[in-house]
Amino acid sequence: MRYHSPTDFASASALAAGASGVTRFLSGGTDVLVQMRAGMVLPDDLIDLKKIPGVSDITQTAGGGWRIGVAVPGIVLGAHEGLKADWPGVVEGMNLVGSTQVQGRATLTGNLCNGSPAADSVPGLVAAGAVVEITGPTGVRTVAVEAIPAGPGKTTLAKGELISAIVLPARGDNAGDAYLRFIPRTEMDIAVVGCAVSLRLSGDTITEARVALGAVAPTVLLVSAAADAIIGTTLDDAALDALAAAASAAANPITDKRGTKEFRVEIAGVLAKRAAKIAFARAKGETA
Amino acid sequence: MAKDGFETLKLVGTRPNRPDGLDKVTGRARYGADFSLPGMLWGAVVRSPHAHARIVKIDATKAEALDGVKAVITRADFPTGLTGEDWNLQENTMAGEKALYDGHAVAAVAATSKLLAEQAARLIEVTYEVLPHVIDVDAAMAEGAPVIRAGAADATVPEGLHPNVVRYMEFGRGDVDAGFAEADLVMERTYKTEATHQGYIEPHACVSKMGADGKGEMWVCTQGHWYIRKMSAAVLGIEASQLRVTPTEIGGGFGGKTTIFMEPLSLALSKKAGGRPVKIVMSRSEVLRATGPTASASMDVKIGMTKDGKITAARAEFRMQGGAFPGAPVDMALYCCFAGYKLANVHHVGYDVLANRPKCAAYRAPGSPNGAFAVESLVDEMCRKLGLDPVEVRLKNGVTTGDRASYGPKFGSIGLTEVLEAVKAHPQLQAPLGENQGRGFAVGYWFNHNGETSVSMAIGEDGTAQVSVGTPDIGGSRASIALMVAETLGIPYEDVGVNVVETGALGVNEPTHGSRATFASGKAAVEATQAAIKEMCRRAAAEWDIDDEAVEWVNGAAQPAGPNAGKFPPMSIKEIAGKMGQTGGPISGHHESVPDGVGASFGAHVVDLEVDPETGRVTILRYLVVQDAGRAIHPSYVEGQYQGGAAQGIGWALNEEYVYDDKGRLSNTVFLDYRVPVASDLPMIDTVIVEVPNPGHPFGVRGVGETGITPPLPAIANAIHDAVGVRMTHLPINPPKLLAALKAR
Repeated sequence: MRYHSPTDFASASALAAGASGVTRFLSGGTDVLVQMRAGMVLPDDLIDLKKIPGVSDITQTAGGGWRIGVAVPGIVLGAHEGLKADWPGVVEGMNLVGSTQVQGRATLTGNLCNGSPAADSVPGLVAAGAVVEITGPTGVRTVAVEAIPAGPGKTTLAKGELISAIVLPARGDNAGDAYLRFIPRTEMDIAVVGCAVSLRLSGDTITEARVALGAVAPTVLLVSAAADAIIGTTLDDAALDALAAAASAAANPITDKRGTKEFRVEIAGVLAKRAAKIAFARAKGETA
Repeated sequence: MAKDGFETLKLVGTRPNRPDGLDKVTGRARYGADFSLPGMLWGAVVRSPHAHARIVKIDATKAEALDGVKAVITRADFPTGLTGEDWNLQENTMAGEKALYDGHAVAAVAATSKLLAEQAARLIEVTYEVLPHVIDVDAAMAEGAPVIRAGAADATVPEGLHPNVVRYMEFGRGDVDAGFAEADLVMERTYKTEATHQGYIEPHACVSKMGADGKGEMWVCTQGHWYIRKMSAAVLGIEASQLRVTPTEIGGGFGGKTTIFMEPLSLALSKKAGGRPVKIVMSRSEVLRATGPTASASMDVKIGMTKDGKITAARAEFRMQGGAFPGAPVDMALYCCFAGYKLANVHHVGYDVLANRPKCAAYRAPGSPNGAFAVESLVDEMCRKLGLDPVEVRLKNGVTTGDRASYGPKFGSIGLTEVLEAVKAHPQLQAPLGENQGRGFAVGYWFNHNGETSVSMAIGEDGTAQVSVGTPDIGGSRASIALMVAETLGIPYEDVGVNVVETGALGVNEPTHGSRATFASGKAAVEATQAAIKEMCRRAAAEWDIDDEAVEWVNGAAQPAGPNAGKFPPMSIKEIAGKMGQTGGPISGHHESVPDGVGASFGAHVVDLEVDPETGRVTILRYLVVQDAGRAIHPSYVEGQYQGGAAQGIGWALNEEYVYDDKGRLSNTVFLDYRVPVASDLPMIDTVIVEVPNPGHPFGVRGVGETGITPPLPAIANAIHDAVGVRMTHLPINPPKLLAALKAR
């Protein structure tokens, strides 16, 4: 195995593009190193991104959004008051990953690129409308977060491409987001179902919404039918029931060691309702 | 709740720091993986990816060609001709003609580094012919099930049963049919429990060396190093006396570290590598796939009850699989399941069945939790149907001292009645419950155990004492034994050291199992101390020139026994010890026996929980353990055992299970997916230590390690019924199962 520590993304991209065997990018390492120890992945080239300037920074964009470096660990996200105030759902999703120790290393970008449909931080990013900045052999491009996962353990990134930052849009007024996951325990578990809701209000009426589901399909789903079920409503019981029905209808899960297909379909609806209520309360400025 | 006779104790019953505590919290304690030797190699094991497969060919050419690979072993490197359990152990340690479960060892390699050993293991090419497999116990004994090993059944198995049924038992007394006819309500139900793992935090680890002269040494994390010695020697065809085994500190065992897995492989690799030491440390995945989980069970229970709650007859028919080898604890499950009830008419039937799973090992009261789940669930259901209080029904039918147990022998002193009265008196029973909340109650039992025991102790020149025991300290036994020895000698707790010593230092000791360490090693340590006291009295008598019998031991000193013995000031232990070199040499004591006087232990648990009706998720709100300890030598470690048993039982009841895919491969091979409760899942578990002293132990000890895992399984199922009205008969009661039951209501 060859270990590389480039100091800019173009070099990292070039290293990956020129590599012939198994390549892995390393920032927090909470997936890569565990997979290496378990013998699941034995990289020929390991490209450490932590030496690239700026990868550990959270900066506000000109438009009022947030640019999050690829090596920012969960614990730093959770301590960032500005980010938490704007996107509490994104932060709470990331902060559910692993243990306190894992939070000290694990990153949003790593959670996304691991390609797990159950990744806790991804539904929140998708609901938020976050984009990723990709550096590749042909330059830099920007795509929506939901376009990155391609199935369990797979991404749409081409050879030589890597994410160089995640960018959250400006939050704006009267808006809130939330993420909930179902696990049978209280922590240290993988989502059986995850759901994020982001919405904006005008008075008590929802004017914008995005609903994302995790662990119910090969990739995290952006469910427009679920969003449509609550847009234009005050999140009354009928809207909540329609939301749950749309979320359950969109779910296309499998039965595995973590839960059954039927259970996941049902819980997708339950979590959508609960997450929407929290996002709604946050948009109203209430603590939830 | 101390009973009479212990008022004068100064140390027993107090809570000093454990002697091993500081080393453990500062990282100085040496566990299995912490041992290393000069020139040491690392071992890695090649494991079957198939549940059942014929091993056609093993080609190690590529592995052996790697620079730094020093030895490769397969079953061909083991002796042939073993029989009985020795053969079972050998076959489980290293597969022969067939791989019998996912994770079964088929080859092993030793190399100069861990990475190299792992790389070499990946290069060993094994050709398999995959065979049909069977996982579930009922499926394994059904017609047409794949035969795991023809001819494995013993003489107990009647004609006409599937060859996977390897042991059969039937016992009881009275006339159950007549008993059922007397009942006002007869109910019969089938229950299932899934296999679970002990989930000890420390994976198995050992360092071994064995030279060309056939002499071997091993440092290993184990509950019982004499067992490791005997079993490893048997598997390798060497004399046990040629092997010296030293136990390390142990990070949990719960029964799972009373047998061998990779230990003989490290010895065989060392021998083949010219005597260089070989270290093997299992990964978590290896631990879950290839050590000794529990049996799974399918159980029919039938009970007859009068409308005032008297049980007139009971019948249990249990089917248990303990992996691809005989040994599922179906006997223990049957012995324990009705143990709390005084029964005139009772009948038990048991089947020990093979399946393509790892060979089960002991797990905290093996069999008892399974049986309790079935029986205590049904008793609860019948109490509710008849409008009876479940605690009162247990009291009405409960066994007391001198009663004949459901499984035959007469009970000595037992404390079930006292336990039940303590439950009735506890405020939790009166606490209000909210919506979707329920309360469950159940009783559990474990025999406790004595076992071969050998203990030595020696008085130091400064008047302190060092005790050598052969039972590894898992749950605080060094602290408890030090308390008992210090109490007996009349010296401070801090003046007694207790050391767990290697196989060369004492006679044979059974492992720390069966809740026996504080009972058996404790009793032997007290006997050994009495021997040393006798010698110290003799030394004082010689100096005073009076009869040995005229000297007694009081408060850490020899003194004349009464005014007629002579007038001498007491001679302290420090004084006697300080000049023992001049008065006859070292003073020590020794005791070895299979101590009699084992005291059985009953416990009862009460759980309050809440069900999320939309998700089927269960939250434990409040939990109470009441158990008879006989006497709590160190109450903190008794409470720790009660709480630990409850926590493991809660895991078994709610989320822990071995999940297999359709190819018979274990799906959840890491703690992320093998869902042991985490700390934040559980409330502080309340404990009440009931003390009905065991007359068979100098301080009244019964043994407390195992009973506590038994009641949680049914108590939780009963509480879920109380909360949401559904009766769950198949563990674990995980959210998908409970939600499906709620929707089917």
